[in-house]
Amino acid sequence: MATTSVMGGSVRRREDPALIQGRGIYVDDLQPVGLLHIAFNRSPVARAKIKSLDTSAAKKLPGVIAVYTHDDVAHLGPLVAQVPIGKLRPLLAAGEVNHVGEAVAMVVAENRFQAQDAVDAIDVDYDILPAVIDLKKAASNEVKVHDELESNIIHTWTYHGYWAALGLEDLGPKVQAAKDRDDAVVVSLEMTNQRLIPVAIEPRSVMAEYNPGYSTFTVHSSTQVPHALSGAIATTFGMQANHVRVIAPEVGGGFGSKLNVYNDEILAAFAAKDLGRTVRWTETRREAAGSTIHGRGWIGTATLVGTKDGEFLGYELDAIADMGAYTQNFTVAIPLLGLWIASGQYKMPVSWKVDCVVTNTMTTDAYRGAGRPEAIYYLERVIDAFAHEIGMDPFEVRKKNFWQPDEFPAVMGCGFALDSGNYPAAVDKLIEVSDYQGLRQMQEKARAEGRLIGIGVGSYVEVCGFGPAVLAEIGFSWTSYGLPASFNGSGLVRVNPDATATVIIGTGPTGQSHETAWAQIVGDGLGIPMEDINVYHGDTRDHPMGIGTFGSRSIAVDGTATYQATQMVKEKAAAIAAHLLEASADDVVLADGAAHVAGSPEKSVSWKAIAKAAYQAHTLPEGVTSGLEAQSTFSPGNATWPFGTHLAVVEVDPDTGDVELLQYHAVDDCGNQVSPMIVNGQIQGGITQGIGQALFEDAIYDQEGNMLTSSLLDYILPTATDVPSYDLHHTVTPSDVNPLGVKGIGEAGTIGTAHTIVNAVVDALTPMGVKHVDMPLRPKRVWEAMQKARA
Amino acid sequence: MYSRSFEYVAPASLEEAFSALGDDSKVLAGGMSLIPLMKMRLFSPGTVVDIGRISGLDTVEDAGDHISIGALVRHATTATNDLIATHAAALGMAASLVGDVQVRNQGTTCGSLAHADVAADQPAAAIACRATMVAQSASGTREIGAESFFVDALTSALRSDEILVALKVPKAGPGEGSAYDKLGRRGGHSDYAVAGAAAWVKRSNGTVEDARIALTGVGTRAMLAEGAGQAIIGTDGSDAAINAAAERALEGVTVLEDLWGSVEYKGHLAKVFVARALKAALANAG
Repeated sequence: MATTSVMGGSVRRREDPALIQGRGIYVDDLQPVGLLHIAFNRSPVARAKIKSLDTSAAKKLPGVIAVYTHDDVAHLGPLVAQVPIGKLRPLLAAGEVNHVGEAVAMVVAENRFQAQDAVDAIDVDYDILPAVIDLKKAASNEVKVHDELESNIIHTWTYHGYWAALGLEDLGPKVQAAKDRDDAVVVSLEMTNQRLIPVAIEPRSVMAEYNPGYSTFTVHSSTQVPHALSGAIATTFGMQANHVRVIAPEVGGGFGSKLNVYNDEILAAFAAKDLGRTVRWTETRREAAGSTIHGRGWIGTATLVGTKDGEFLGYELDAIADMGAYTQNFTVAIPLLGLWIASGQYKMPVSWKVDCVVTNTMTTDAYRGAGRPEAIYYLERVIDAFAHEIGMDPFEVRKKNFWQPDEFPAVMGCGFALDSGNYPAAVDKLIEVSDYQGLRQMQEKARAEGRLIGIGVGSYVEVCGFGPAVLAEIGFSWTSYGLPASFNGSGLVRVNPDATATVIIGTGPTGQSHETAWAQIVGDGLGIPMEDINVYHGDTRDHPMGIGTFGSRSIAVDGTATYQATQMVKEKAAAIAAHLLEASADDVVLADGAAHVAGSPEKSVSWKAIAKAAYQAHTLPEGVTSGLEAQSTFSPGNATWPFGTHLAVVEVDPDTGDVELLQYHAVDDCGNQVSPMIVNGQIQGGITQGIGQALFEDAIYDQEGNMLTSSLLDYILPTATDVPSYDLHHTVTPSDVNPLGVKGIGEAGTIGTAHTIVNAVVDALTPMGVKHVDMPLRPKRVWEAMQKARA
Repeated sequence: MYSRSFEYVAPASLEEAFSALGDDSKVLAGGMSLIPLMKMRLFSPGTVVDIGRISGLDTVEDAGDHISIGALVRHATTATNDLIATHAAALGMAASLVGDVQVRNQGTTCGSLAHADVAADQPAAAIACRATMVAQSASGTREIGAESFFVDALTSALRSDEILVALKVPKAGPGEGSAYDKLGRRGGHSDYAVAGAAAWVKRSNGTVEDARIALTGVGTRAMLAEGAGQAIIGTDGSDAAINAAAERALEGVTVLEDLWGSVEYKGHLAKVFVARALKAALANAG
């Protein structure tokens, strides 16, 4: 047996040979005969009435098959959203536009160039209205974005009131009482957690085909949620669900941006049906800033109340979160993910209020971390400011207030229980591996030489592994898409007649290495070599119902379902082996690629013999059905709660404000690890995106609503040459929410990083009196902060 | 990201290229700037004349009193060529900081100069190194001094019927040295310049006898910082002299705000990088 199929082993990614040789198949690689191409005419203005829309010249251009506007698709209604609070997005602009990039007309042409020529030939006359961009102005309702909504504030989340059914206590009075204490130290920071543009290497792409003979859709899409898309199309077109097949082939990154059903996906299906031709739209990088959801976009004030000895007495957040113009999949629900971890790793009362406001910008929704990086950023920044205020070491102040290892499961004020944790252990390990004392000595020496060295630390706790069935009651389900209520996991394991195994799962990778990790789970359970196991995903026609890849949920939920299915197959294989060995199933041991009778290893049958027997009904014992496969679903009782603490060392150039990231150390705990190398890969990517937010990325709209950063020339992403090698370590505190003891690691790196970097830069500038600099910490911002402090 | 329709011509000689050039044409060398502009439909020439197949344009040559850098010399070559390192160190340093590895392997030094981006690295170095642009057309050849080559944002002194066939840089004599330094948009040296400066100096018997300093990123074009250049001449090149010269970096310069910095910040950076480039150039001059 190959030793590589052991769970917990660092194995090479099985996906890589295809992906790094360019042999992976993405939606835009497909070349069906007679394919037509879609391009969209998009609004160049943020808010306007459409006075006139003339497509006649475009329709006459060579190669143009059709041009559609709102009237053609009005009967399909607006785009379905899972949490429909706010205004739903019209499939094509309905007499008005509300953000730059909003789709106004859809062109279908013989090739992409002709389609773009036709887009340019569409004549739209706009009656421009004042745009609502600034979040405070939006919240003031000075100008309303949508006449039909009562207010620009479409929802408010509070810590105790977010889910009335829980009957939670309002901890606001406790926080207020703490503030009123004579010995209280109250530290407040007003901070921006800026809007980001998720940039997957593969832009979104959708290809739709309709067969009027069978009345079926086949839709290929670069999506994280093929089953949700399938349900949305069936719902929109009034079809039965099994007439819509959605396939997500290789998906080149998503980060939550493909956890959405988009109007272009519905429109591609519409055009395919209307024209009886296969059509495809592939997003261009330039249009992505107006066609794919954004993330983050909060402003707010965080306040920490504590004693001068470092005891936390309470935490308060008052924030405004930008929803953009239209509500899509989860939009308004994103801050709720942050609410659940508002108290971080700390035991203290929390008072939290986030107003969700609409603006004339692209919709916001889930972007790696989704609500959680924002929540942790506010908390961990103000903790750091508090530590500086009372002159206490940032590790010490955190350790003083952690939930202690013997307090788990720890029930927080928001009603949820942290499943497991050992927060001080992770901090102790970080202090050791980073040589923290040595770093502080180095910093002292450097400061004496006039150098600006900063050391920043930051902790986080994450909520992931969605999810518990109970969450369906507050919107975490696919019911709007006509699918079952709760976010179960699913997995099917089949041992084939030749003793190879086929595994079909309900979630698919956008880079997370499902094909490797799932082969490890099944290979470990059955004793079948990894190379004999194929893992399939992303086809709604015959794959088990899957919720999708998001919220760091795959391994904890679908991984567990697959583990359960593996155990079921193993039981059946033992029964068949017992029959072949003429022994009792209870005495059969499956190990090393064969089954033997306990105590008599010489009496064995191979997997090949068992598999062969399984498919020959006449050789099976009575009561055992033929075939060797099982499917399982898993509904977790709780989410999972990974955690960790990071440390960054930076140097700031006093002349230019340029920040150099010198070192980055991290200790993360995601419970048991199925595949440690993949875990580290996820952390590396996550940290890099956190660094992106801290130092580089900024989606900027001017006050007229023009998007100033729609190309990668202006929207700066971190690259491999911009970041140091990370020093990654782990503690392992298994979860008791699932039998694998796993938690999830897709987003943890991102959630743990941005505040760590900012804490480091502020630490570097503390001797000058700088208390905060808003992200991204571009040189100009840091220099301006230094200038202000010097003045 | 799909260009408008255009004619594509790939001549085998300069003569053929000249006959294909006209009012509505554009020369394609490495394509690192032209292709994205065309794909964004910000620029749509009727004819693209690809000079990539013309032989003899991809060399750096020793031409007696100067070196000549051909139209197809890639940034990667400029960054590593010994002749350039010896005689135009600032240009080599600037080329080494352009884009990323792929861009440096594909894009050309002359292409970058002809494109005249406000934040490109090599234009400032060309001005400081006293380079001359060799512009050739069917009607002949003219030589344009680098300081008057950059006219405005994305506008050079080249006519639409001309090709920038080479860049000439005087050979460095004893006591001469040059350097380039910048702050990149993604920090450090990475990406286009928020602001940058190139300096060339000639030192003799401990005195700075001559100097030329140029800026990039701060205005609509790469330009001479005449005040700073004048200020360092006649000094001993000490830190105090360098800082005094840097203070005059903005004389006659209009600084413009952009996404990467305010007028105040970019003006400040111009001084910082004039000082840093001068210091490095003086060190190079020995």
